[in-house]
Amino acid sequence: MNRAHTDREYEGELRRVREQVLTMGAKVEEMLDAAVRALAERDSDLARATMASDQVINRLEVEIDGLCLRVLAKRQPVASDLRFLTMALKLVTDLERMGDLVVNICERVVELNEEPPLKPYVELVTMAEVAHQMLHAVLDAFLAGDVAAAERVIERDADVDALYASIFRELLTYMMENTRNIYRATRVQSIAKYVERIADHTTNLGEMVVFMVRGKDIRHSGRLPSRERGERKSGRPPVS
Amino acid sequence: MTSVPPSAPEPRPEKMRVESLRAYFGDALALKGISMSVPERCVTAIIGPSGCGKSTFIRCLNRMHEVTPGARAEGAVFLDGKNILGDDVDPVDVRRRVGMVFQKPNPFPTMSIRENVLAGLTLNGIRPPDPARLVEESLRQAALWDEVKDSLDRTGTSLSGGQQQRLCIARCLALEPEVILMDEPCSALDPIATARIEELIHELRERFAILIVTHSMQQAARVSDFTAFFYMGELVEHGTADVIFTKPTSSRTEDYITGRFG
Ligand SMILES: Nc1ncnc2c1ncn2[C@@H]1O[C@H](COP(=O)(O)OP(=O)(O)OP(=O)(O)O)[C@@H](O)[C@H]1O
Ligand SMILES: [Mg+2]
Repeated sequence: MNRAHTDREYEGELRRVREQVLTMGAKVEEMLDAAVRALAERDSDLARATMASDQVINRLEVEIDGLCLRVLAKRQPVASDLRFLTMALKLVTDLERMGDLVVNICERVVELNEEPPLKPYVELVTMAEVAHQMLHAVLDAFLAGDVAAAERVIERDADVDALYASIFRELLTYMMENTRNIYRATRVQSIAKYVERIADHTTNLGEMVVFMVRGKDIRHSGRLPSRERGERKSGRPPVS
Repeated sequence: MTSVPPSAPEPRPEKMRVESLRAYFGDALALKGISMSVPERCVTAIIGPSGCGKSTFIRCLNRMHEVTPGARAEGAVFLDGKNILGDDVDPVDVRRRVGMVFQKPNPFPTMSIRENVLAGLTLNGIRPPDPARLVEESLRQAALWDEVKDSLDRTGTSLSGGQQQRLCIARCLALEPEVILMDEPCSALDPIATARIEELIHELRERFAILIVTHSMQQAARVSDFTAFFYMGELVEHGTADVIFTKPTSSRTEDYITGRFG
């Protein structure tokens, strides 16, 4: 979408979708950031305030869905515009789920804060920071239509998975050491799982950015039998 | 990645092939060397901005182009492997095998519906053995029979625009063509009449090679198996409609179909 539409109103509608998606993404980013601070600083008020702001995410999802549907009905877009709008519809679903996961993090943070600290959650905070950076980078990639940047985000998902495995092992030892640690350790483990899922959703966003720009479906790469892939082998007519 | 996706149209034999086609109006070059193939039993849509040569192109496919004074074509157009631009070919025979439906429905004003259906034959001095049956068959194929069977003596021009267009299609079908060319056949029709013609195109596609020129991207996406994008007398891109309308290769095609002009 390098060039502008001849119809400026149509151009404006597409711009509005793009802006709203970015607003929603920034809001999720902000929530995740606050949740991590609430965890690190044992701030239950901040956790509760963050939970409430999920309303904004939900409202934005409904708004963007409606906007996309209206543009689809009105303009019957094709090619890059079609890919952009269908991806926007999918992006907001992932963003909304991420908002829900941040709410789950905050719930566990509030529970944890009612107990004495188990240990400093250094690795968990690191993991959340990686997820946060991934989200930030993927939103930039969406705005710029930058495939290389989106692919770098997708690659980082492995780092998050590794951090999760490491945190999980550590928590197991805590639990085995002392059964009184179990309540807190399972809460910490849940948070780590939520962060890991947030990173998974961010990876989905990265795949969507690649599809939006290239028109190439990279999901489940190499894992689907080729006839099930959404991708067409070739755009050439049968005889030429 | 070697298997063909299930929804891909199976390869069809080639009905027509165009090679290095150049079309002139006097000294002006309207088509600058077009090469493409037209598969059997498929719909090929021709899209592109006004003046890019769409009408000229399809008029070359049934030797209508040369009817314009000063107009001529170079290159080759093969129909079942035979070059129809050759001097040894009778243009009247070509036009029977490659029928044409125009933008404006053009039934003969003084003729009845029945006479209109038979006009292509009678004007060429051909008497069909069973005219009543041919009229009924052609009108049925054109999905007009039920609406006009009780009034075949009405004039063709007393029909609605959409009915007139189907009458013109019936007139084309009465000649038992092998290829049907349509130049913006729905541009004067309302959405219901357009849907009827498109439904008809889907049916006719089972038996004919169809080429349709259209200015509606949605129509091209709806009816065509293959889409060719023309720009300033050149063929820019030709591919399956699926690919052209979701991920065209050329940025020219992309700009045109999404509405980003100049
Ligand atoms: N009878 C004619 N005499 C001279 N030039 C002509 C004639 N008909 C068409 N042309 C020129 O040939 C070129 C191609 O015209 P053509 O009618 O094939 O375009 P088109 O793609 O069908 O356009 P549209 O979408 O407006 O129908 C144009 O530059 C046009 O001006
Ligand atoms: Mg034309």
